[in-house]
Amino acid sequence: MLESNDWLRELPPATRLILQGAPDAFTAAARAWSPGFSATACRATGSGGRNSLWLGPDEYLLMAPANADYSDLQAALHDVPHSLVDVSHRQVGLEVSGAHCAERLSGGCPLDLDLSRFPIGMCTRTVLAKADVVLWRTRSDAFHLEVWRSFVDYTTQLLLEIARC
Amino acid sequence: MSAFRTQTGGRIDRTRKVHFTFDGKTYEGLQGDTLASALLANGVHLLGRSFKYHRPRGILAAGSEEPNALVAVRRDEARYTPNLRATQVEIYDGLQAQSQNRWPSLRWDVGRINDLLSRFFPAGFYYKTFMWPKSAWKSLYEPVIRRAAGIGKSPTLPDPDRYAQRYAHCEVLIVGAGPAGIAAALQAAKTDARVIFCDEQSEMGGSLLSESAVSIDGLSAADWVAQSLVALARNPRVTLLPRTTAFGYFPHNLIGLNERVTEHLAQLPEHCARERLWQVRAGTVLLATGAIERPLVFAGNDRPGVMLAAAARTYLNRYGVRTGSRAVLVTANDAAYQAALDLGAAGVSIAAIVDVRKNPGGELHAAAHRAGIEIFAAGTVLGTRGSLRISGVQIGQVDGSGAVHFKRSIACDLLLMSGGHTPSVHLFSQSRGTLSWNEALESFLPGTPAENQRSIGACRGVYALSAVLEDGAAAIAPQRFTVTATVTSPSGWLGALPRPVDSHGAKAFVDWQHDVTVKDIQLATREGFHSIEHIKRFTTTGMATDQGKTSNLNALAIASDRLQKPIPEIGLTTFRMPFTPTTFGSFAGLSRGDLFDPVRRTPVHPWAAQRGAVFEDVSLWKRARYFPVGDEDMHAAVNRECVAVRSGCGIFDASTLGKIEIVGPDAATFLNRLYVNNWSTLAVGRSRYGILLRDDGFIYDDGVIARTATDRFHVTTTTGGAARVLGMMEDYRQTEWTDLKVWLTSTTEQWSVIAVQGPNSRRVLEGLVTGVDLSAAAMPHMSVARGAIGGVPVLLFRVSFTGELGFEVNVPSTHGQAVWEQIFAAGQAHGITPYGTEAMHVLRAEKGYIIVGQDTDGTVTPDDAGLSWAIGKAKPDFVGKRSLQRPSMQAPERKQLVGLINVGSNVPLNEGAQVVETRAQAVPMTMIGHVTSSYYSAVLGKPIALALIAGGRARMGQRLYIPMPGGELEVQVTAPVFYDLEGARIHA
Repeated sequence: MLESNDWLRELPPATRLILQGAPDAFTAAARAWSPGFSATACRATGSGGRNSLWLGPDEYLLMAPANADYSDLQAALHDVPHSLVDVSHRQVGLEVSGAHCAERLSGGCPLDLDLSRFPIGMCTRTVLAKADVVLWRTRSDAFHLEVWRSFVDYTTQLLLEIARC
Repeated sequence: MSAFRTQTGGRIDRTRKVHFTFDGKTYEGLQGDTLASALLANGVHLLGRSFKYHRPRGILAAGSEEPNALVAVRRDEARYTPNLRATQVEIYDGLQAQSQNRWPSLRWDVGRINDLLSRFFPAGFYYKTFMWPKSAWKSLYEPVIRRAAGIGKSPTLPDPDRYAQRYAHCEVLIVGAGPAGIAAALQAAKTDARVIFCDEQSEMGGSLLSESAVSIDGLSAADWVAQSLVALARNPRVTLLPRTTAFGYFPHNLIGLNERVTEHLAQLPEHCARERLWQVRAGTVLLATGAIERPLVFAGNDRPGVMLAAAARTYLNRYGVRTGSRAVLVTANDAAYQAALDLGAAGVSIAAIVDVRKNPGGELHAAAHRAGIEIFAAGTVLGTRGSLRISGVQIGQVDGSGAVHFKRSIACDLLLMSGGHTPSVHLFSQSRGTLSWNEALESFLPGTPAENQRSIGACRGVYALSAVLEDGAAAIAPQRFTVTATVTSPSGWLGALPRPVDSHGAKAFVDWQHDVTVKDIQLATREGFHSIEHIKRFTTTGMATDQGKTSNLNALAIASDRLQKPIPEIGLTTFRMPFTPTTFGSFAGLSRGDLFDPVRRTPVHPWAAQRGAVFEDVSLWKRARYFPVGDEDMHAAVNRECVAVRSGCGIFDASTLGKIEIVGPDAATFLNRLYVNNWSTLAVGRSRYGILLRDDGFIYDDGVIARTATDRFHVTTTTGGAARVLGMMEDYRQTEWTDLKVWLTSTTEQWSVIAVQGPNSRRVLEGLVTGVDLSAAAMPHMSVARGAIGGVPVLLFRVSFTGELGFEVNVPSTHGQAVWEQIFAAGQAHGITPYGTEAMHVLRAEKGYIIVGQDTDGTVTPDDAGLSWAIGKAKPDFVGKRSLQRPSMQAPERKQLVGLINVGSNVPLNEGAQVVETRAQAVPMTMIGHVTSSYYSAVLGKPIALALIAGGRARMGQRLYIPMPGGELEVQVTAPVFYDLEGARIHA
């Protein structure tokens, strides 16, 4: 799908869960989900290959390697009202990296992506031109994008075109 | 080297000659020239014909305020840009420029007849003249006016260039790289702020680039600019953007910048964007947009060779071009004397200085005197001579009583003028800042800003160089500068110059670009227009693409003089974006061709494409419309697909259906409040057809909703409705029903949905699906179960949108195509046939299943659609319930969904066709409804249609008529079900 280049790549499949609930759900979930959940808005926490991305006051995107077993998480949440929905196949991960990564994303994303304003570990739902994306800075020179699968073609072609001109 | 190019000086590169053409003739210029400076260096002053009177026009200014010298630049067949200001076009080898608004040639233009007939074209003439006879407007007046209107031709080929866009953020945005802007940028660069510093010109430096004799901190103006820019360029937090126009000021300090990236290059780099649109969000905006020299208004002030004094100085000092050989200067201020002195020193003979002030004085006046230049105080200009170039000027003087006397005629080929300066408050005004009138400076100056913003330097009436530099620096942090420069006192003249009372024949131009004269504005005031907003629209002054940069204040002053009201009372019109015309391409950016909108494809798309499917657009999705075999057309393919589903088995990609997972202990309550149906009674493992209304009671969306656990529902929506339904749900969840413990997740793209429909569908799936008993008893219609196909977990729905036994297999999207291929392979033994959306439409219409948005139009209630059975009657409330109880929503004459069967014809009705009650009605007929869906049914061997008809259900069996261009069609009203009326097949 992607032209080979050194700054834009499709990430391997992953397990993705949307966890929503009141604070007690996250307290319970944290017992079985090692990264826990950032209390600060728009921040990701990670450990042992698992990550939690703050998407809203009652919503986190949980990511783990593909086909991860999350029955312990389900068990921990059993008695607490919550919503845990598997969206592993809903979206695709892309990585935009390199010295120009923020500049290229700024061709379609209206947010301030300067490292001082969008530091490592920051994540948010935003737009890339006409596509919704979750944008997550994983390194000073790399962003992880979560894109709904039918928007991947558009997003990658757009980024390649931005980079060309 | 041409006679008009100086031997030394200027910022052009004398070692690099550039060849270009103007109206087909080749000229030589130098690297660094604009088209205007290069043509002037070749002695060419005639550049175009004016808009209305086709008068010969030259170059008035040296910058973006130029109203006259509009040219077209052609790079190739597709790259043709009309109406560029020659003063802003940088020349390159091979540039082709053309004059405009002339025929057959610039020197001999037929349209100049308008000038001679001008008395018949006063301001507002078209409001009065073309009113009668009324019929002539469309056939005669409008076509002729349209042909005559506008300047320049549009290119006819698609634009081959790329246009980039970029969002940027900074703490300080500085617009304008003159002395104020540079001083501010130097200070800002000392902080840790991110600075974006833009200027519309090719070189940054502004007025300093035209200065010959000033020094700043011991450096010449040029060296100070160069040293400052080097320091700024080295700072990684500073972004320098030359050739970049701040064209629009939007709320919350969002500024639109247009960067011209390749326009000045002879060879276009591959893939490089022609322009880049910057949307800059700035903490603070510093406007250092300078001031524009104001022309003087006198008879014949538009001839080629009449030029702003500062422009002539710029052409000399920046481009090394003498704009004439014998010049007269007419001025209302000291500063313009510098132009006469500089031009005189460069070998231009200065014939006279006409100073409109009674007692001119000052350092420069004395210098001019010493240079032996004749100076007329209390002078005025009575007229000019010349046709394609000025050849002389008639000078007058005002005596003590105010009377104007002819003084002398002086031959000249250059007439310089300066009526003072008008601060450029365009961006400040765009930002909704209030302007205030400064009586001393006779200028509108920035008053209270509406944004975090500050105007610095000449754009707020600060003119002395040292003051300008300090004003700029002080916007960040105070700084002293040591400046050597002649200090002049700002003064000017507003409105028409004094002239004899009987001089009404000659044209004294106020707005060069729209050919508005003093007389036009006076006429407007006589006709009763007193507000500048009305005068502007009546005369069109200031309404050209230059937005009156050189003309607005003079127009105001003339109106003020006629109406005997002070200028602030007449008002100033609002400046609007763009500051200068901006290409459509830069606004479109990458949103063109394949990137115009995202094209969404399902996981099964590659299979369908390989199979030769014809696709249609459904919202952003591509959906397979039909799968032609051999040379089948659509109708043949659809007929075959429909018959295959009814007689055997069809397979259909329903992946685009919207899906929302609703989870939480209050999920059923949430759905009860939203949908009309009762969800409390839905058992786990069962599904139900749900209808969602808006609060006005009309159908908003529909879909099958399954209960997969006590606290979990799998909701499907229409393809196009997915996003708005989720939005509506979140709206209610977050703002109205915060008490409910329920959460929503879009799962549209988590699942690929494979519909397997037809009497053989169970047989096809039986061998594939593990973990589910597919028998009618174990898995009846509207049930749902979890199983697997080839080890891939699936959510299996027994559901039907065809009226046949059917299943919908929900597969995790990654496996969508693989599972589809497995089902298709297994179906071979049972005649499985892929079908598309068109066959799906026919099959559902045969059963009378509605499509929201096709059989409904936002004014259809559940009862209108025959769906009142779905409403949970015992429910206390749901969205839209109250509206449904209004009497008008229950009126029996409401339009209701019915079926229509053709009588005496076999041609499908037109969707959208109107239905009437009786034959041969006179127009306008009484329409009682319209056809919503119409297809040929291969299974039934006849056309079928659905229609919304007033009081339709009471009309069963009635004959109605559909007036069509070829005559009336007769139809009979039936129930909206055409096939398997008992509904037995679905339960097979």
